[in-house]
Formats: sequence, structure tokens, C-alpha cells
Amino acid sequence: MNMIGYTPVYKKLITVTLVLALILVVSILLGLTGGSSGGSGAAWALILGLVEPDATLEAIIWQLRWPRVLLAATVGASLSLGGLVFQALLRNPLAEPYILGVSGGSAVGAILGILAGFSVFPGLTLSSFVGSLAVLLLVLLLGNRKEGNSDSLLLGGVMVNAFCGAIIMFLISISKTVQIQKIIFWLMGDLSAAGTESLPLLLGVLPCFLLIFLLAQPLNLLLTGRESASAMGVNVVVMSLVLLLTASLMVSLTVCHSGLIGFVGLTIPHILRLVLGSDHRILVPACILTGASYLILCDLLARSLPSQGEMSVGIVTALVGAPLFISLLWRESR
Amino acid sequence: MSLVGIHGVSLRYGDRQVISRVSLQIETGEFFVIIGPNGAGKTTLLKALSGLHPLIEGDIQIRQRPIGDYTKKELARTLALVPQQVNADFPFTVAETVLMGRYPHLGLLAVEGKRDLELAEQAMEFTEVIHLAGRRLGQLSGGERQRVIIARAICQQSEILLLDEPTAFLDPAHQLRIMDLMERLRLREKITIVMVSHDLNLASTYADRLLLLKDGTVENIGTPREVLTREQLTKSYGCTLLVDENPLLGTPRVSLVSEKVAATISKDSGEL
Repeated sequence: MNMIGYTPVYKKLITVTLVLALILVVSILLGLTGGSSGGSGAAWALILGLVEPDATLEAIIWQLRWPRVLLAATVGASLSLGGLVFQALLRNPLAEPYILGVSGGSAVGAILGILAGFSVFPGLTLSSFVGSLAVLLLVLLLGNRKEGNSDSLLLGGVMVNAFCGAIIMFLISISKTVQIQKIIFWLMGDLSAAGTESLPLLLGVLPCFLLIFLLAQPLNLLLTGRESASAMGVNVVVMSLVLLLTASLMVSLTVCHSGLIGFVGLTIPHILRLVLGSDHRILVPACILTGASYLILCDLLARSLPSQGEMSVGIVTALVGAPLFISLLWRESR
Repeated sequence: MSLVGIHGVSLRYGDRQVISRVSLQIETGEFFVIIGPNGAGKTTLLKALSGLHPLIEGDIQIRQRPIGDYTKKELARTLALVPQQVNADFPFTVAETVLMGRYPHLGLLAVEGKRDLELAEQAMEFTEVIHLAGRRLGQLSGGERQRVIIARAICQQSEILLLDEPTAFLDPAHQLRIMDLMERLRLREKITIVMVSHDLNLASTYADRLLLLKDGTVENIGTPREVLTREQLTKSYGCTLLVDENPLLGTPRVSLVSEKVAATISKDSGEL
């Protein structure tokens, strides 16, 4: 084979998946052992089976930290994969669930669902999904009025997002319902509400991951242009719809449990594209694994940095993500 | 039995009807070139042929089967399209781009096997872009990029190749290279070539048959010798063109005649 610079996709897929899965395992272990309560040395020893089980520490690890680590992994994976799909379909490298307002829309939907007294499934999931779709439709309409003008898409998204933020604060301010989380949960994201009851619902995102992975090559072809993709055998309308709906569903499933966490969907796909190239058959699994590791580690920081209590994980993702993104943009534009 | 049959087809572009009741046949292995003035509907017809443009009446059949009955992948295995301008703002490498042509032959996830890599390599060797395999499309010149897209189309292994002005932005040497490539494809692989072109001399040199479109209708269809006459071209293009014989090939040769020269000649003799 004298095609210089080309590694067959399955070889690259296996290598990348193995390396990133290893990183994810390490991140999960760090997430389980680190934290404000319980020394990390003791926790390591417990997990590795070196000491006699200590009931308190065991409870902290398996009942508090484990659900939280799982939630962080699922949310991180969903947000970065959502960002990747939106960036490819909208042909805009700055598109992301949070910036497009899709997360905000599903949060509004979720809060309205809670106020209406819906059960978590299917009522709340559905109202949150409808909220995200409504925003997506609005943003697409705003962005499509001028063909090829990607700035109007982002501007539309940012404004819709601001509007959703206002509605969230308004709804929470006027309601007396105790079930509704604090405003800070919805606006900055928070994983402390993780409990075993939210885990089955998060399994709903796994089929979304699989579907997007299977459609990774059509996603590549769509990036070369609609007509070009169509001429190579991609049913453009069906594929775009399925991918947009799946990405929105995935994001809205996680928003109810984590609030609005920004920049994950921007940071992770950008870094991965720089390192791994543009083939989405590699990028999709890479985004899932890296996004999961990333949010586990961000949440670990959010838990352990403040000397008392903890801060919202959205603060960490924004603090890490925004400057990183600016530097990437800087390097690219030079 | 014709390979492609276009029967009474009308097409709309925006609110404007650009093709009105066009009928024609294209035979297997033919080099078929569509010419005509700007806005004649050439590109729209080519897109309709590749299933990218809805028909408002009539039908297009390939092997007696309407293209609407083909699935998208089936159609992509039958026809490959080389568009006029290739988007290079996506960061795929040359090898990745050429391999995308295998998509209609692959299942879900579309992981290429050894055979697909071999085909891509052959296609890249054929269009002489193999040395660029690891480069990104955006780093290539216009001619190189065009050859990459042709390699992708070859990789698609379709029996019909549709090209929209593949030589429009190329210098004579690159024009020739692309056209000779098409000629070889046709002779070696028995691929049918349908091309839109503004270059009447390239059309005259390579085409078996020409379709002259004007205002969405067929003005003339036939061999270059039948279509490229002074009367026909002056009428269809609305300007004076000199047609004589190419001394090397005996095919029609078309030269532009400026308004000033045309005026002097017609004053002197009344004839061109």
C-alpha cells in the first residue's frame, strides 16, 4: 500500500478507542477516589481491595460518588457528541448545544414539565425534548434566512439562549414548587443531584450513541456538501433529520439531570479534530470517551477545589473551555 | 436499447422553467457533450439526470427503469457526478475523499476493506494524485482537486460519469489532461461520459455526439460535424463564430470573431 499518510479506518478506530477507553477508566477511578470527604489514599486502597472494607467509605464511594461519576460520564459524552453532530450538520465549527440554545430550550421544557407535574418518564423527557426541538427549529430558521451566513445562526442561538435563561429564572422566581432545583443548577449546571434513580433514564442515551456512530460516514459525506453527499448515495433529508433529532434527544435527556453545562460540546470535538483529523467514524467514539472523561475530571475539580462545599461543574467547564477555545481559534487563524 | 432515455422532461429552477419537454437517448459507451449558451439549462439537466433535481414532467430512465425507482445508493452505483466547483473548506485528506466514493457499495458504518483501498489506490494512480494521498484538499491546486474528485467518481465504479464543466478553471495542459483521462476511461472501462462544456473545441475533439441546448429546448443533436456549423452556432449563440476544419483531425474548429472584424468582413464581401 503506497498511499502515504493513510491508515485504514478500522486500525485507527481500534487504537483510538483503546487509548481513550484507558483514559476513561483512569478518570473514573480518579472520580471515585477523589473528593472532599475521605482521603483518596484510603479510597484507592479500598477499591483495589488492599484493606478491610470500611462501611462509611464504601457508602461514599458506591452510593454517592459512583452515580455521580456515571452521570458526569453520560452527560459529558452526550454533550460533546451533540456538539460534534451539530458542527458537522450546520457546517459550523462553533455550533454546540449550549451556544445554539438547544440546552436552554430543553431546560425550559423540563421546568414547564415539572410545574405541570409530569412524571420523569415519559412526560418530563418529552417536554424537555419538545423544548429543545422548538429552539432548534427557531435557530435554524433564523440562520437559514441568509444562505451560508453562519454568523446569524450563532447570533440567533446566543439570543435564544439568553431568552431561555430569562424564562428559566422567571419560572423559578414565580413558582413555589419545592421540586424545582435552584436557579444556579439550571444556569451553570450541577451534578450533585445524581442518584441511582436517574441512572436508568440515562441508559436512553446509549441507543443514541450507537445510532450516531452507525451514521458517521453519511455525516462525513454531508460535510462535503448536500449535493455531493446526495450524488454519492446519501439520503440527505432523512439523514439530516435523524441526526438532528437524535442529537437533540440526547441533549434533552441529560439536561433534566445536570442543568446547563456549556462548552463541553465545543472543547472536546475541537481538540479531537486537531489531533485525529476529520473522519467522524473515528471522531464519534473518540468524542463519547473523551467527553465522558473530561466531565468526570471537571466535576472532580468542582467537588474538590472549594475548601467548603462545592461549586457548579459548569463553572469549571467554562473556565477550562472558553480560554482553551480562544487559544485554539487564535492558532487556527494565524 | 439505450442506456439513458430522457422523455419529455421539464425542469424548474426557482420559479423559472429552465428545461421544456426535452427528449433524447444516450447510448452505452458514448462520449456525450452538452453545449449551449449561458442559462440554457445545461447544469440543471445534468443534475436531473443524476437524480438531484425534481422533474415537473416527463421521466428519465436508465436501462428502461425510471431513476425515481432507484434507491439513493443504487443510483450512486449507476451514476457518479463531478460537480463544477468542489468545496474545499472541509478538512478531509485526498485519500479520505477518494474513499468516500465507496460509500454506495458499503453497509452501515461504511468501514472500507482491502478491496476498497485497492480500488481507491488504482483510481488515484489513474488520475495521478496518488502522491497527494495524505494532503488536505484545501492545500491543492484547482487541477489537482478536480482530479481528486474524478478519482472519487471512478472509485464509485458507476457505469455513467456526469461532469459539469470539469475544465472551466484549468489551463490548456490541465484541460487536455482531464479530457484525455475521460477518453481513456471510456475506452478502457467502457464508461459512458456525459459532460457539460462551454469549450466548443474540446467538445468537437472528444465528443461522439453533442446536444445543443438553448432556452431549455433541444436546438440540435448529433455529431460535432452536424451540430457545429456556422449557421447553427451564430443562430444559437447570437454572435459571429468562424467554423473551419481542424487541419490535424478534420473535426470542426470554432474561432471567435470580434465585432470589429465581423463588421469589416461583412462590408467587404457579405460573407464570412
